[in-house]
Parts: sequence; structure tokens; C-alpha cells
Amino acid sequence: MRFEHKDLLDIESLSVRDITMILDTAEGMKEISSRPVKKVPTLRGKTIVLFFQEPSTRTKLSFDIAAKRLSADTISISSGSSSIVKGETLIDTAKNLEAMNPEIIVIRHPSSGAAELVSRRVRASVVNAGDGLHAHPTQALLDMMSVREKKGRIEGLNLAIIGDIAHSRVARSNIAGFTKMGATVTVAAPPTMIPRGIETLGCKVAPDIESCIENADVIMMLRIQKERQESILFPTEREYSMLFGLNSKRLRCAKRDVLVMHPGPMNRGVEISTDVADGEHSVILEQVTNGVALRMAVFYLVSGGTKNAD
Amino acid sequence: MLIRLKGARVIDPGKIDGFKDIIISNGVIDAVVEPSEADQMLLDILSKAEEPCGIAEQPFGITDQACTPIEKPCDSSNHKQHDTSTAEPYDMRTDQSKPCGYNKKAFTKEDITEIDLTGMVVVPGLIDLHVHLREPGYEYKETIETGLKAAAKGGFVAVCPMPNSSPVNDNSSITAFMVSRAKELGGSQLYPVGSITRGSKGEALCEYGDMQKAGMVAISDDGRPVENARVMRRAMEYAKGMGLPVISHCEDIDLARDGSMNEGVVATKLGIKGIPNVAESTIVMRDIALAELTGATLHIAHVSCEESVDAIRHGKKRGIRVTAETAPHYFTLTDEAVARYDTNAKMNPPLRSERDRQAIIEGLADGTIDVIATDHAPHSLLEKDIEFDRAAFGIVGLETSLGLSLKLVHDETLSLEQLIEKMSKNPATLLGIDNDLKPGNRADITVIDMDAFWSVNPRTFFSKSKNTPFAGFNLRGEVYMTMIEGKIAYQRQDGGSEIEEIS
Repeated sequence: MRFEHKDLLDIESLSVRDITMILDTAEGMKEISSRPVKKVPTLRGKTIVLFFQEPSTRTKLSFDIAAKRLSADTISISSGSSSIVKGETLIDTAKNLEAMNPEIIVIRHPSSGAAELVSRRVRASVVNAGDGLHAHPTQALLDMMSVREKKGRIEGLNLAIIGDIAHSRVARSNIAGFTKMGATVTVAAPPTMIPRGIETLGCKVAPDIESCIENADVIMMLRIQKERQESILFPTEREYSMLFGLNSKRLRCAKRDVLVMHPGPMNRGVEISTDVADGEHSVILEQVTNGVALRMAVFYLVSGGTKNAD
Repeated sequence: MLIRLKGARVIDPGKIDGFKDIIISNGVIDAVVEPSEADQMLLDILSKAEEPCGIAEQPFGITDQACTPIEKPCDSSNHKQHDTSTAEPYDMRTDQSKPCGYNKKAFTKEDITEIDLTGMVVVPGLIDLHVHLREPGYEYKETIETGLKAAAKGGFVAVCPMPNSSPVNDNSSITAFMVSRAKELGGSQLYPVGSITRGSKGEALCEYGDMQKAGMVAISDDGRPVENARVMRRAMEYAKGMGLPVISHCEDIDLARDGSMNEGVVATKLGIKGIPNVAESTIVMRDIALAELTGATLHIAHVSCEESVDAIRHGKKRGIRVTAETAPHYFTLTDEAVARYDTNAKMNPPLRSERDRQAIIEGLADGTIDVIATDHAPHSLLEKDIEFDRAAFGIVGLETSLGLSLKLVHDETLSLEQLIEKMSKNPATLLGIDNDLKPGNRADITVIDMDAFWSVNPRTFFSKSKNTPFAGFNLRGEVYMTMIEGKIAYQRQDGGSEIEEIS
């Protein structure tokens, strides 16, 4: 079996078979990170550019470590250091990167559709590390990996996502991924954070957090972005926490073996209380660990695809 | 110098519909008559021409051609040749009551150009109330010259450029510059729209009176709507005194803030921030209320959504002086056209839902929407070949408008008469122009080939910019000829090269 995509741009363009292949491959990759010598020669001599036009620590580091464990050479470009601040267009920057013959370009960009725009102009494989409000496919895949690892399956599970759905690419990609794999997804947030027509993506909308997490096998909390306060989405963090924050009392509404997830970085005491974040249900740090294996799998698979296409 | 347009079906809604010949002399319509009458008229003219002086004044003494049968159709190159060889202009308009005032100077057969338009439809020239020609200031996107060429190709004998040039058309010197530049070029007429406020900043009124003298025909803050209702009220009151229509770009900029496309399912899927319908309709309602208060003539620009159509319908029922326009993209496409972040489907107001598209069509059919304009908004690749949310709003429209609009006729949504009203007669009325096809009026004429099939190929556009979502669209019906003041400003090159090129 072969991964038949040049790029990884969003979840929608993947089939169930594709997703299963990525998750299976990632599980195999996970072991490498527990070896004393955490390196395999799979992508030796390959160049991976990490082109990050938005601040990121965790995601960029995760991609970087994943590439290095496969022996690829990585180069980072971030918004401060790139010539985009000098007025170069995204397409020109991408073409210049292309001219240096990297095999893979990992891109994070504040504009929805930016990864796709770049992918149309370059021969290299493009991996979307988050574009605007649109998609963050590796995050959704590592979330699915973490759930499958703990629950043994995704199909038939109930996933609750709570937070700013309207401004979250993580939510969009997870709704697409989990519903595609047969889970039921319910979201909850103040109506200011629920985008119009979200149900057409295949999820349900719950009126409050309690009914959203009732019967949930997995609860995914989204980060409340303080900088969004100017968009008048909610009055205060205090009230948000009161109405939509996950704490141990609320957690009792969910199933006893519920998993609590968070894509990070967390606002402790706002969307999630410290005891829940660090509690027995939390798999938040395992998500981070799985992130490396998942991204190794993605690099491996899109490289194979590139090779076959040639 | 006489031109005879023959063989075409002539339509001037409510006035003429039939196979007529049009006789044009010196850029002015001299007669719209039955073909047999036209024959007789021309014979009369020629018989009067048998005075020797008429021949003597011919500079090249081409008397050997005098026996050429006049029925022979003349193409445009012939027409031009005759045009240049004509001596001085004749004073045609000495006797308005008499269509044939040729007795002062004589004609020979060479002075008569016949244009055979068999199978074509001749209508009063199309007028586009809403274009952006980008000059002065953004000549890399479009110039008055390229814009007017595109207009002629699209069948438009006149266009109204919006004031958002750089500098803004907020004073008579800019207005005068635009008018004189267009005069210099010949071709389609240019009727500038001035800004409502100085610099389109929404604060102080411009000198409408002075600008009107320089040729301004209406006021608008297109692209930068007047936020302050009090300023809008004063502008309407003041403009009313001069009979100037106020063209309102209705947008609540707070509701639309950060949006790049229609708010709805497609935007949610793509992760693009949306612009809700009410960002438009609330200001439509506000401005209709202000028009009622002030009695001003209000024209709502580029209507895109159902709520606005309802508001305008309601306003008209109340007897308020409000008219409205939409653009072909709003009745042709929906927000689905954005598909994979196609910046050529990004415009303001945005493409809406299917329900809105249907409401626009209904509004056109029942007369709520009076005008089809293009909102021709040229942008270069610099503004379009970039990230969707950073790309400029707007598409070019002059060269696709008629083809797209004729679909409404072929679908029997509108009659051809209704379409001509919306693209020619109603805009003329709003501007106070009498463009009836009748003796004494300028010969500004659009000739339509109703059943020509063609494919939209942006590479063949006369416009400097190619930003259209309609590339590759197969359309039925196109402009065959645009005649402005009796001169052929555009004529289709037959041979179907456009269709071949795109394949």
C-alpha cells in the first residue's frame, strides 16, 4: 500500500484508508523515540523546510524533531527572519524555497488556503502545519492516534469539543477526521464562537457544556485566545470559565473512562482547571509525544509518494 | 456622410420593435424607418445631389464609382474610408421637424455607408452605471483608454467610473481631467461619479455643483461607505437640490470587518471570515429611510442579497425614489464559486447563497432591481495571485456582462425588452439622458448577435486586468458592434478565433 498524496493539506482530502495508514505508520514510528539512539536513516539526504509564518513553539519543534529522527536535514524560516517582512509575496518565497530543492515544505500561515496556494506552485510535498482558520491536519491526526491508542478504536465513540469553534482550525480538522472515522462529534461554546452552518461539517451543537460532555468518551478543550477579546466573543474569562470551563465537578457528567485532551497551549483556570489538566483522565502530554511519531509518519509517507510520482 | 443600418430587428423598449432601417448622419440618428421608406429617402437625397456643386466638393473626384449599387453592404473599413474622405461636416440639424434636411449640401452614393445587420438586434447603446477605470492613480490595473476599449467591446456606449481613484474624484479638476481624457480618446462616453465626501472620508461634503459643471453625473462613496447617517442625510439633501442621484454602496463596515467572503457554510468550511447579508441590508434600509426623509434620488449599488431586495421592494411600494442595480455575478454565481480559495471569486459585496441568487433574479424579473451594472473592478496579479484573505475585492465585468445577462433572456427569466431596459434605458433615465432611437438623438447603438456561442477567454480582454471568475464559461449571445456617435467603436472580428484559442 502506498500513500497516494503528494501533500497533506487538510483532512477532507484523505480517505478512511489514508487516515488508517497514517495512524498505523505512526504507531510503528513511536518506538523509535524510545530508543537510546533516536534516529533512523530513512530520510537521509532529504531536506525539509519548516516555513512558519505564525508564532509556534510546540508544533514547529515537533516537526523539527520528527524530521531529525528520520535523518532529514531541516531548515527553519519564521516570520521575523523571512523576506516576507521585506514585502516578498508568499508565492515568490515558496518558489525561492523550491529553487533550493527541498523534498518537503512544512508551512504554517495565518491565511486560510495558504498551504494549498503554495502546494499548487511547488513540486515539493507540502505539509500544512496550520493555515488560518482552515485546517491543522497533523493535529487532528495525532489526536485520532491518541484516542485510538487509548480506546482501541475511533468508530462509535462520542467526541465533545468545547471552545472557540469559529476561530479554530483544530476543531475543523478534528470534526472532519473523527466523523470520517465513524465517531459522533458534538460541540459547545457561547453562540459567538459557533460558526454558521457548522452542522454541515457533520457535528452536532449542544446548548451547554454539560449536555455536550454527557456520554462523551473524549473531551477536547480548545484554547481561549485572550487576544480575541477585542472581537467581543465573550465578556470575561471569569464568566467563560464559569459557563464553559472544564473542572472536576463537570467531568463527572462524562463517562468514567473519558479522555481529556487539549491541543495546547493551555490557559489553566480558564478553559480547563489545573486538577483536570493534570488528572487521571488527561492525555494532554501523550498527545505531544504522539505528535512526533505522527509527523514522522507523515514525512515518511509523503516522501514515498514523491518518490513514486517521479 | 450617411450611414444606413439595415436588416436588423430594432428594439427600443415600449417604442420600437421590428425590422427597421436606421439612417444616421454625422453621428446623429436621422430616421428609424421601414426598409422601403429608407430606400425612398436615400433616393430623394441622391436626386437632390444631382446639383453639380455636390460632386465638385469631393476631394478625390471618385466619380467613376458613382454607379456602385448602394445596396452593397459596406464593412467597417469602407465606412472609415468614407468617413475620412468626407468634406466638411454638414449642418444636419437646421430643421429638426424634417428628417431629411439634406438640401444644403449634396450627397453622392459614396457618402452612404450601408451596414448589413441581417440577423442582428439593434438596441439603444448599453450604459454601465458602475465601473472602476483606475485612472488617475492605479494605471497599472486599468486606464481610461483600456477601460473605454473594454467598454466598447462589451457593448457599452457610456460608463460611469466610481470616484475611488487616487486622488479620489472629489473635486472638479479630477472630474474635468477624466472627462477630457475620454473626449480625447473618443469611443465610449465617460460620465464620472464624484465622491460624496472629501477624500471619501465620510466627513465633509464635496463641491457637487462645481463638479456637476465639470461633468459629474452622480455622487457615491463606493468602496468607502458613508458611516455617519447624519452626513448621508446632508449629502442627500444637498444633492437633491442639483438633481444628482446618490449611489450608495451599502455596507456596515463593522459587521463586515475582516470578512473576505459570504458568511455561511462555504466560509465555515474554508475557514474564511464571513460578511453577513445584514452588513448590506441594514444600510440599504437606512439609506431608503433617509431617501424618504430627504426626497433625494437614491440608487442602491450592487445588490447581492435577499434582504436588500426585500427592503428595496418595500421602499418602492412606499413611493420612495429608490432604484437599484445588481451585477451579473450576483445572478450567475454563488459563494460555492470560491471553491478552493479562488481570489477571482472574491468581491464586495461577496457572492452569496443560492437563495440570495434566486432573490436577485426575482428582483430583476419583478422590476425591483432596475439596472444591471458591472462593478468592473480591474486588479492585477499583484492583488489577486496571493492569499485569499489578503487579495483585493473585485472582478472585471465589462466584457462579459451582456453575454452573462443574455442568459436571463435565453432562460426566459427576462424578456429581451426588460434586459435592454436594465442595461440601457433605466441607466439613461437615471442619468437624465434621452437615448431613444429617434431622429435628433446621438447614434449610440449596440448591435447584438443573440445566438452567437462563445467562450470567455480573459486573454482576449481589452481590459488591462484579467480577474474574472468566468474564464471558460460558454455563453450565448454577444456584442456584434458598438456604435458611438455614428462611429464604429467596436466590431466583432468574425472567424471564431476566441473559441479556438481557449481550447
